[in-house]
Amino acid sequence: MMPAPASLLTDNTASWIVRNLWLIPAVPMIAAGLIALLRQPRRKTAATLAIGGLGFSLVLAISAFAHVLGAWHAGAETRETISFNWLDLGATHLQLGWLLDPLAAVMLVMVTFVGLLIFIYSTGYMEHDENFTRFFCFLSLFAGGMLGVIIANSLLLLFMCWEIVGLTSYLLIGFWYHKPSAASAAKKAFLTTRVGDIFFLLGIVWLFAQTGTTLFYNNGAGAIEPAALTALLGQPAAWGLTAAGAIGLLIFAGAAGKSGQIPLHVWLPDAMEGPTPVSALIHAATMVAAGVYLVARVYPLMAAGAGPGSTTISLTVVAWVGALTALFGALVAVAQNDIKRILAYSTVSQLGYMMVGLATGGVAIGMFHLITHAFFKALLFLGAGSVIHGNHDEQDIRHMGHLRTDMPLTFVTYSVGMLALSGFPIFFSGFWSKDAIIGAAHSWPVSKGPFILLIAGALLTAFYMMRQVSYVFLGHWRGKGHAHESPMVMTLPLSLLAIFAIGLGVLGTPVWPWFTSFIESMPIAAESEPGMIALMVTSSLLVFLGLGLGWWLYARKPIRRPALAPEHRHTSEHGDEESQAPGEIVDVLESASPVIWTVLANRFYFDELYELTVLRLYAALAWFSDWLDRRVWGGIVSAVTSAFKALGWTNKSLDSQWIDGAFDKGCEELVNSGGVLAWLQAARAPGYLRMLAIAVLALAAMALVIASATGQVRL
Amino acid sequence: MTPLAGFLIVAALVFAIGLAIALTRRNAILVLVGIELMLNAANLNLIAFWRFSPHAANSLTGMMFAIFSIAVAAAEAAVGLGLVIAYHRHTKTTDLDAMTRMRG
Amino acid sequence: MIHGIGIVFLITSAITVAGALAAALLKNLIHCVLCLSITLAGLALLYLQLDAQFAGFAQILVYIGAVAILVVFAILLTRGAGIPEYRNVSSSWLVSLVIAAAIFALLTWAVIRSFPATAAGAAPGATVQSIGSALMSTYVLPLEIVAVLLTVALIGAVIVAMPESGAAGKSIEKGGAQ
Repeated sequence: MMPAPASLLTDNTASWIVRNLWLIPAVPMIAAGLIALLRQPRRKTAATLAIGGLGFSLVLAISAFAHVLGAWHAGAETRETISFNWLDLGATHLQLGWLLDPLAAVMLVMVTFVGLLIFIYSTGYMEHDENFTRFFCFLSLFAGGMLGVIIANSLLLLFMCWEIVGLTSYLLIGFWYHKPSAASAAKKAFLTTRVGDIFFLLGIVWLFAQTGTTLFYNNGAGAIEPAALTALLGQPAAWGLTAAGAIGLLIFAGAAGKSGQIPLHVWLPDAMEGPTPVSALIHAATMVAAGVYLVARVYPLMAAGAGPGSTTISLTVVAWVGALTALFGALVAVAQNDIKRILAYSTVSQLGYMMVGLATGGVAIGMFHLITHAFFKALLFLGAGSVIHGNHDEQDIRHMGHLRTDMPLTFVTYSVGMLALSGFPIFFSGFWSKDAIIGAAHSWPVSKGPFILLIAGALLTAFYMMRQVSYVFLGHWRGKGHAHESPMVMTLPLSLLAIFAIGLGVLGTPVWPWFTSFIESMPIAAESEPGMIALMVTSSLLVFLGLGLGWWLYARKPIRRPALAPEHRHTSEHGDEESQAPGEIVDVLESASPVIWTVLANRFYFDELYELTVLRLYAALAWFSDWLDRRVWGGIVSAVTSAFKALGWTNKSLDSQWIDGAFDKGCEELVNSGGVLAWLQAARAPGYLRMLAIAVLALAAMALVIASATGQVRL
Repeated sequence: MTPLAGFLIVAALVFAIGLAIALTRRNAILVLVGIELMLNAANLNLIAFWRFSPHAANSLTGMMFAIFSIAVAAAEAAVGLGLVIAYHRHTKTTDLDAMTRMRG
Repeated sequence: MIHGIGIVFLITSAITVAGALAAALLKNLIHCVLCLSITLAGLALLYLQLDAQFAGFAQILVYIGAVAILVVFAILLTRGAGIPEYRNVSSSWLVSLVIAAAIFALLTWAVIRSFPATAAGAAPGATVQSIGSALMSTYVLPLEIVAVLLTVALIGAVIVAMPESGAAGKSIEKGGAQ
């Protein structure tokens, strides 16, 4: 599907890098294929193939990025596409193709770079796992699929790679498939994203039907280019939407599934069943970002028809869903006790931020947060992996503590990530990216609702991250045995990511908005809006408030192991844990308001709600289908069978009793008559001779009479 | 009476006697003898007609017929006698009146 | 030869008929067969009178020399030598006699009452050579067929009359003597 000989390409004037852009996804996929063919588990070979493949893709991605950068500096066209006919359907063609523009270039570099770091990290993390080669095969396949999504110029190609990504996500979440929780988590992820994908496919088909092409950009004839968009805007759909709005909503549904927006978010936390590098790569940095990337890619479609002071239905929906998701994720993250679950809900929340950024501020603002988030979320996940690895696979934060001294490098890098995520001002990239989104939400003409939700979310983000860091790294050691620092193959990527988590902020400051200009292919111009400084100050204050609250509640008095004996009872003080039956710590907030805590800890009972409604319905449907199949269709088949059997039996009885019987009867009668006739025989030769003689006599007499009649004999 | 008539009457007489033998005698072999006599009477008929017919000279039809008849009669006598012998082997009799095994 | 109803004719026909009658009436089977031979000889003479020399000698060779002997062998093989233990004639001899007489009457009447034929012409030349050449030309098909017929008949007769192997064969050999 991907490789196409040069003679098939419609655009032979493209540059070398664009012509060979397909290598970027193809090489990791080929590496995955080769790894799959390895006869025995060969760890070094598998790891080398995977890392080598992705490294090659990284080099190509960097050269592609440089190419686009050069084009941007020169003021030339930054978007180049290559398309080819894939399937001929009579007069129309299904075309596939790839494109290179600033958006794709940035994503390519990010995905390959972060992916490469995670690959290297995995060689250390999965060292003790016996399915090492299978892991790298899937990882490589995922990398190929994700890169395919990025460079796809055709909705069809994007969907195909989308599905590959979904498949590998399933495979990797359920990597330890003999754990039933992992297997069902993988199934849940696949099915939930499938629900979104159905709408996505509907959108694709509708778009193709309306515009007649699957390509995004095709020298003016693409599906999201102005000509097609005006046509779509003129086409009314149901409920007062235009075709453009409806298709945009459908595509967003697919993105919502992949990016874990409400209500399709339920799979993301359960996806933490997979190994930590998987969580880092797929569920933090790249795959979940694919939904955001998709919305960014089809942004012209979603923004079609929006004037300067208004916005479209699609973007409004995106903004509200994103904002609600942001707040929801942050609320639930406060009450989780699994180190990875906290980060998972944090991801859900941050994806909401990205969606709001896209909807209110445009492609650049949403994508900037995506890029920075990729780095510091990957950093956080890898750090969590390091913690888990060092704690002998312990994941509950209540059983950790005081890792500041035992795992110093992890602590430092994790703290960098935490501060970046919280949005600590100036130095950390998260601040600039999140601030840009909050600013855009603030100046959104439609409503201030998302802005308020995002503010609350920012406060909570700082709070729960501080809570997590206090539980894990501060306080007293509450675990079993001893923790140890991770090997360098794991800590080196952490350090690299930490550097980027700090450094990337530079790209997005309002003073020098490099990123925005690059994405929009415009010259760099310092932005300044009224109230911008005020907004920055406000958000910084919020961050400090959140961090302070967290510190106050969790770090001021070090969290210690709960007392073992029941008679050691202390009166509950604010900030001190309550001792209870030997076992678990009770969180401060839990003791303060147990009802709210339970609701948050149970994730607002979303899963239970689905269980009761959707899954019940589905089970009923399945039961009904089974009944239908067995009773009705099976009955019909049985009836047909019986009819044929009856026919056959009738035939047989007709044949054997009537036809054969008639024949047998006839033969019997013949035999009987023969017997009767034979009875007439006397079996005496003289008698026969006598008969003969008499006959001769008679004949002779007759002959004589005749002869005399004719005159030969005179009688 | 022409000579032809004389020969024909003799032939008829031999024929009748042969028929009588075939019909009356009880021994199977004698029946065959009677049949041979009848055949011979027919041969005599043929030869007589051949001799006295106004045919073209050198036509041998009658005599050839008779010669072939002799050959066939010889074959038929052999087969018939073989059958009688075979029957005799099984039932130790040649009495024609006792040969009623094919009675129906 | 002498044509017309001559004395030779009468004597030969008397011999023939007498032999036939004797064959009809005698009790001893061998006597019957011998009388048959006389009849056959008489017939041969009659053929000779009719200028059918070849037929006459063929008659003697085949009938008297082969068929009669064959009948004798058959009689001997079936323990028929001597007077048989059962009656001569079958029970319905009278009817048969009547039928034979009726046929004779019919034939004779037909002969007598038909128009007189023309006078006999010269004897046709039936030399052996002409017969031979006729056999090979005009009558070659009947010749071949008769050859096959003879072969088949004789083989068949041998097989039919062959003693079965085993006890049956032995019992025949024991009891076949006169």
